[in-house]
Amino acid sequence: MSTPDISSLTITSIREGLTSKAFSARELTEAALAFAQKENPSTNAYLLFSPERALAAAEKVDEQLAQGAALGALAGVPLGVKDVIVTKGLRTTCGSRMLEHYIPPYDATAVTRLENEGAVVVGKLNCDEFAMGSSNENSAYGPVRNPKALDRVPGGSSGGSAAAVAQGTAVVSLGSDTGGSIRQPASFCGVVGVTPTYGRVSRYGLVAFASSLDHIGPFARNVEDAAAVLRVMAGRDTADSTSASTPVDDYQSQMKQSVKGLKLGLPKEYFEGLGSETGDVIHAAIRQLESLGCQVREVSLPHTEYALSCYYIIATAEASSNLARYDGVRYTIRPDSSTLSDMYRNTRGAGFGTEVKRRIMLGTYVLSAGYYDAYYRKAQQVRTLITRDFSNAFREVDALIAPVSPFPAFKLGAKVDDPLAMYLSDIYTLTGDLAGVPCMSVPCGESPEGLPIGLQIFAKHFDESTMFRIAYHYEQSTRS
Amino acid sequence: MKLTDQEVRYVADLANLRLSNDEVHRMSHDLGEILTYVEQLNALDTTDVPPMAQVLSGETETATLRPDVPHAPLTNEQALANAPMSGAGYFKVPKVIER
Repeated sequence: MSTPDISSLTITSIREGLTSKAFSARELTEAALAFAQKENPSTNAYLLFSPERALAAAEKVDEQLAQGAALGALAGVPLGVKDVIVTKGLRTTCGSRMLEHYIPPYDATAVTRLENEGAVVVGKLNCDEFAMGSSNENSAYGPVRNPKALDRVPGGSSGGSAAAVAQGTAVVSLGSDTGGSIRQPASFCGVVGVTPTYGRVSRYGLVAFASSLDHIGPFARNVEDAAAVLRVMAGRDTADSTSASTPVDDYQSQMKQSVKGLKLGLPKEYFEGLGSETGDVIHAAIRQLESLGCQVREVSLPHTEYALSCYYIIATAEASSNLARYDGVRYTIRPDSSTLSDMYRNTRGAGFGTEVKRRIMLGTYVLSAGYYDAYYRKAQQVRTLITRDFSNAFREVDALIAPVSPFPAFKLGAKVDDPLAMYLSDIYTLTGDLAGVPCMSVPCGESPEGLPIGLQIFAKHFDESTMFRIAYHYEQSTRS
Repeated sequence: MKLTDQEVRYVADLANLRLSNDEVHRMSHDLGEILTYVEQLNALDTTDVPPMAQVLSGETETATLRPDVPHAPLTNEQALANAPMSGAGYFKVPKVIER
């Protein structure tokens, strides 16, 4: 057999390689692990490799091949998993010192479903601590570097997940998105990243940051692979009571229907003040969509300017509550303490990094006596208004088109001392999480400096098919 | 909006966070800045706007309950496996009640 070129594989080409016996799943997995281990020092995308688990999964695929049994939809596909998603027996740190030695006793539903279809988990991917950050510089295990420009950030918080797919050390990966943590790094690294409808993918086994905003979603090097991964993960799971029982569409066949006549809205608030570095590329992509027969018109999401405030109140309030569980009793870390109260304080003081502490403090403040109505209740009312903006726009158009980020990947260290400037990286993405609508980033070109830029597509709740359809046709039209 | 060091220490107590003096100073600056920014929400009239309870409520069957069927939970050993200190099937913590 010839060693496959790992960095150019797709789900389809892996399947062809396996069925034509060009390579076995074991050979592919060994090559993928060797490649990832060799390349990883340049980006620090992986925190852990899982050769035993990967080879066991590969053996299963090879047995099915030998017996002529049907292969799973993701047979042999090397998969990286963000380290906020638990994997039984595989250390899961959440990028935090708090969980440096934590070995989960169960698997996330999303991981189980992908492995049941033959996916091969090759390792756990670096991220901002507890998924809090926009640059992956908040990881306790060092930042991730952008494989497209090593002096720049990969975006965050799913920086490792985006970097691994961009670098080619995983064919697909899982990330999580609470305010843009899939789409922004996908845009910065030039890969496809998808945030499905809230409740579309079970959150069971996703370590909670802000439960009403958290999503699991895929990264891939093309739209079809991302759709294939989402289809396998999506659907009702009784272990997550917020997971939806809405039927899961056959994304891969539906997205191939023509886009002619689709009505696309450009939310004007996402273009006001957008610099030409990103804006020129986005406008070219919009012209391309028009040339494919889409009808483009301007729409308004009038409460956009309030989204960042709304988000940082709700997300931190939920985080302060969710992260209360790290108290020194159950999760591996406990500095010497003589009283119970000292144990709580010392554990949390030593285990959490600066950004996590900042968000716990902000969340505790906005929920504290006397401030609840002024901050939390107000923010939940604004969230209703932001969600209505989307439903009003979707009465006029089938999908919305916008930039993912106001700027391409910035240099390591550039925003690390200014939390508010860092939060502004997410102004175009966090609205999608607040409204619970499906959204994605698809690569649409490069800045004059050669940095990747992503196009964002939003669709109606549970209408991932239309979102993929636009992304797929755009991608196909720009490839030939 | 400015937060005093004393207010920061009060919130840190509520959150059970041990902060160094440097961290307290930094938090009072950072939180003050963020709280000033979010004051923009006061400009919005939200009279009669219901606060969001669930983003998909009314739209799909979600937030539903599973059938009440017993299933095997984690074993005691699994549940304790990550504890910094355990014994006799329990989590151990520093003494709470003095004799």
